Amino acid sequence: MSNVTGIGVSVKRKEDKRFLMGRGNYTDDIARPGMTHGYILRSPHAHAKINAIDTTEAEKAPGVVAIFTGKDMAADGVGSVPCGWLITQKDGSPMNEPAHPPLVVDRVRHVGDQVALIVAESLAQAKDAAELIEIDYEEMPATVGVASAATGPLVHDEVAGNLCYDWEIGDAAAVAEAFSKAHHITKIDVTNNRLIPNAMEPRAYIGEFDKGTGEYTLYTTSQNPHVIRLLMGAFVLNIPEHKLRVVAPDVGGGFGSKIFHYAEEAIVTWAAPKVGRPIKWTAERSESFMSDAHGRDHVSHAELALAEDGTFLGFKVETTANMGAYLSTFATSVPTYLYATLLAGVYKTPAIHCNVKSYFTNTVPVDAYRGAGRPEATYLIERIVDKAAREMGLDRVEIRRKNFIPIDAFPYQTPVALQYDSGNYFATLDRAEDMADVAGFPARKAEAAKRGKLRGLGYSTYVEACGIAPSAVVGSLGARAGLFESAVVRVHPTGGVTIFTGSHSHGQGHETTFAQLVSETLGIPLENVEISHGDTNKVPFGMGTYGSRSLAVGGEALMKAMNKVVEKARKIAAHVLETAVEDVDFKDGVFTVAGTDKAMPFAQVALTAYVPHNFPHDQLEPGLEEQAFYDPMNFTYPGGCHICEVEVDPDTGVTQVVGMTAVDDVGNVVNPMIVHGQIHGGLAQGIGQALLEECVYDESGQIVTGSYMDYAMPRADAFPSFKVDNCVTECTHNSLGVKGCGEVGAIGSPPSVINAVLDALLDVGVTDISMPATPAKVWAAIQGAKTAQAAE
Amino acid sequence: MPTVSMTVNGKQVSGEVDARKLLVEFLRENLLLTGTHVGCDTSQCGACVVHVDGRSVKSCTMLAVMADGASVTTIEGMASGETMHPMQEAFREQHGLQCGFCTPGMVMSAVDLVAVNPDPSEAEIRHWLGGNICRCTGYHNIVEAVRDGAARMRALGKAAAE
Amino acid sequence: MYAFEYHRPGSVADAGALLKANEDAKIIAGGMTMIPTLKQRLAMPGELVDLRDCADLKGITVSGGTVTIGAMTKHDTVASSAEVKGAIPALAGLAGNIGDPAVRNRGTLGGSIANNDPAADYPSACLALGATIVTTNREIAAEDFFTGLFETALEEGEIITAVRFPVPEKAAYKKFDQPASRYALVGVFVAKTAGGVRVGVTGAGQDGVFRQTDMEAALSANFAPEAIDGVMVSPDRLNVDIHGDAAYRANLIKVMAKRAVADCA
Repeated sequence: MSNVTGIGVSVKRKEDKRFLMGRGNYTDDIARPGMTHGYILRSPHAHAKINAIDTTEAEKAPGVVAIFTGKDMAADGVGSVPCGWLITQKDGSPMNEPAHPPLVVDRVRHVGDQVALIVAESLAQAKDAAELIEIDYEEMPATVGVASAATGPLVHDEVAGNLCYDWEIGDAAAVAEAFSKAHHITKIDVTNNRLIPNAMEPRAYIGEFDKGTGEYTLYTTSQNPHVIRLLMGAFVLNIPEHKLRVVAPDVGGGFGSKIFHYAEEAIVTWAAPKVGRPIKWTAERSESFMSDAHGRDHVSHAELALAEDGTFLGFKVETTANMGAYLSTFATSVPTYLYATLLAGVYKTPAIHCNVKSYFTNTVPVDAYRGAGRPEATYLIERIVDKAAREMGLDRVEIRRKNFIPIDAFPYQTPVALQYDSGNYFATLDRAEDMADVAGFPARKAEAAKRGKLRGLGYSTYVEACGIAPSAVVGSLGARAGLFESAVVRVHPTGGVTIFTGSHSHGQGHETTFAQLVSETLGIPLENVEISHGDTNKVPFGMGTYGSRSLAVGGEALMKAMNKVVEKARKIAAHVLETAVEDVDFKDGVFTVAGTDKAMPFAQVALTAYVPHNFPHDQLEPGLEEQAFYDPMNFTYPGGCHICEVEVDPDTGVTQVVGMTAVDDVGNVVNPMIVHGQIHGGLAQGIGQALLEECVYDESGQIVTGSYMDYAMPRADAFPSFKVDNCVTECTHNSLGVKGCGEVGAIGSPPSVINAVLDALLDVGVTDISMPATPAKVWAAIQGAKTAQAAE
Repeated sequence: MPTVSMTVNGKQVSGEVDARKLLVEFLRENLLLTGTHVGCDTSQCGACVVHVDGRSVKSCTMLAVMADGASVTTIEGMASGETMHPMQEAFREQHGLQCGFCTPGMVMSAVDLVAVNPDPSEAEIRHWLGGNICRCTGYHNIVEAVRDGAARMRALGKAAAE
Repeated sequence: MYAFEYHRPGSVADAGALLKANEDAKIIAGGMTMIPTLKQRLAMPGELVDLRDCADLKGITVSGGTVTIGAMTKHDTVASSAEVKGAIPALAGLAGNIGDPAVRNRGTLGGSIANNDPAADYPSACLALGATIVTTNREIAAEDFFTGLFETALEEGEIITAVRFPVPEKAAYKKFDQPASRYALVGVFVAKTAGGVRVGVTGAGQDGVFRQTDMEAALSANFAPEAIDGVMVSPDRLNVDIHGDAAYRANLIKVMAKRAVADCA
């Protein structure tokens, strides 16, 4: 069994056939009986007072069922959309946390803010009616960019200086001491460009209320239905959890953007009993641009102190982060605990200090997007390391090797709170250099030069922290939720198994990977395993899927539950085989008694469990179903090396990625095909950030890149075929030895791309470029360098 | 309201529709063929690609009334019973999909490519897919899948010819 | 979309009659611009007149040094036409690079030039090749047809029936894609004709498509890429947006023109 479908095999995905044949079941595919259609009227202004809303004419429009505004929700005592992570400022005070009403009452704070819900028989009718709503807006000056947020107009009157928090980590005195001894100090200013996640399935919700039972149901495009149930039920709508069912069916990609509890979820759920019919709301893509939480948007200044031989002595960082207009669910944790704690990177830098200030602006809320904080840390570190090497005349690979955390130093305690359990950064670097044929690069560069192209090679060696968990740790840092995972293993009488997992798959292939764990552990065929997820009425509890946590946390919960099943089954087998429990072995799906030919296959044990005719009921319960909750000891720490090769056309500034090699240590690999697919996708998002993507606001707070006409989504021709491989050091604190693979591609790759572009442009005198390195920007940099050289 | 009739996946269908109803809305809402998806509102993502009279079109950029009298094939019409089309099979075999949302459009576009170019190169595949956006796969395995699917379709065509 | 009435006349004459009878009627050809515009509620036609059944608007003929293409001919049909490929391969190539395959299967020549999007491809070919736009009322020289951003010489109720492209000695089109939309950030169509060289530029101009006459003069004297080196392309009246400033577009005009000329060799 295990050699065909077990751990380590690239089993083809169980879920694929339904997707390929058009039989997926995404939220917008669902039509509930009597369903109405909701349209959310949004603010066209970045910042304005609302003096009056007149819905009289709209209410008379054909097909209109009901219209609701923020006043209706406020009158009903609806709460604020909550933030899930409290940051304590460096002066010990809590962060500033202004209210976030699902529908605004008297003030809009970003383009796209929710103003009214129009419910009608059809979406077209709802939109027709929306145009008849008259709103008396009084425009106010807006704060847009994070750089000027401290002195800009107040987004929330009660938040002075628009400051959400001023927070620090690390030992400032030790850093000052290190800098006083430095032979060289390298300084850098970088911007981590604001991104729009753009999962291909737009967000969609259906709110429904059963008058008979008093139960609410929300169908939602969520990565974590239980979290939505908790946040929306307890904090916003005051619905007890036993009266609220949240279903996240097939979900078309998330990348972080579908973790958060969104206002529209609460709006349709709240309104459903008022209209007495289900209400569906589906975002149009243009709405996604102005209402899905955005990602990144940090500005940093960093300084690295080095000894004469290139040894890193100290690292200090000042970061300013944009929160947007309101605090999204995990927004506050991204530029702090998911970012600054990673500033050691893969290096043994002894002293590190980071100060982070987060601000409110009149822009869409910013929150976790694939990698969340860790790409920002990696980008900053890997850019400054390259710059330091260049300034000191050192080889960029040698300076990395010199400062890598040695193989024998694990577990390694960094100066910024984390303890890395395992890793081997030398191995991933060696393997990547080999696969990327670094030795052949000079010849390729020379050949490209003959064609008038500038060729460059860029490195990124990184580590990240994922498997987002330890409840005790994150709780001590301000998380308002636990971050464990649950699993139920239900063995059916005829030997089939249904797994209920709190993890949620929206492309990651859990139906296959988790089934492989079951197949391997219980020795049953893959087709006898069903993975159920995404419905709070089926799965007891769950924290969902994000932060590359499904296998490392959800998979471990499953292993724990399966171990309980095996132990129970062993007792049943011992009873039937009339032997002591200790004498029963379990291997390849069969229970045997040591030293005898007595055997009992798993399926037979299962049947016996449900036909317990002669069970000693005081010692053995009928049935075979177990549940487990798993809360890990630590984060997991994937790491690796990405090497990017680019060709720049100096005439047009176009950068073409001609080679992308990623060697990642994600711990043990259950399904290499799926893991490589995850890495491919992450690389594409990382390269997209480096070369194409940026959310641009104009000075008034309008989104300039408000559709695919201006927001450059990577297409197939933006990439070469990727070269991907894995090196393994096992995670030391979970039984599978797994770390997580969902985000490594997006975390490791951006600096490798920019370092490659700067390597290509070295000969023409360009020393800095910001993301995204668009053709126009690269061309302008080349012209600027030419002008500067001519002036010398 | 205007009446439209067309052939969808080999079946004659007709219905009264609002003139402003898009073909994709007619397929999804009237015919419950929800395999065709909507991922954008600027005709760029390609999640809605279907075949109209044998060629790929974006069903979000065509009125249902404009398809009156046409023959439409959606992703639901590609398989023969439970046997997937060779391009569908190739996407499964090469892990050419993750969340599955862009997948129907990808498959429909890929089949159209092979119809006009039976043995496309990697560069030709990447160029052809300019109107289909995938956020999950980085396109690597989609390209592999289209190449594999083309080979399967060629082999099938050859077998049929023999 | 706002509500409208839909018509599908069987001939251009019937279409013209519908337009005349309904003041707020609009034509829909392939719909590649019209439908997104309607979806965004940026247009509110009371009637939509679909030209799909007007057989007299389709087809490609080549005779006497002229390629005539019916207004409702789809981009893909032009791109894959053996006649067009034989007579003006640059025009087939241009059509084969508009949008994406699904767009080319619906979008039409007439729709493209009637819309005169400042970043559309066809207008540059019309200008550079000295095309004639044939309408239900008259024949209009390309030069007189494109009058500004999304503006043409078409009058109320006037319908484009065909475009006549004189066959040049040599021609090439080079397009630099805007990274997001894939429209032309800059597209340059160079045609060498008996009457001299003509250069049509799309994507770059604040007033839409235009002829680059300095380049035409330089190339008429010496039809070689180097001839463009000495031409100063002014950034005045060029577009500025997040994808490129005027200086960048001016540079791209030169680079694309040089590459087009090189392609003609």
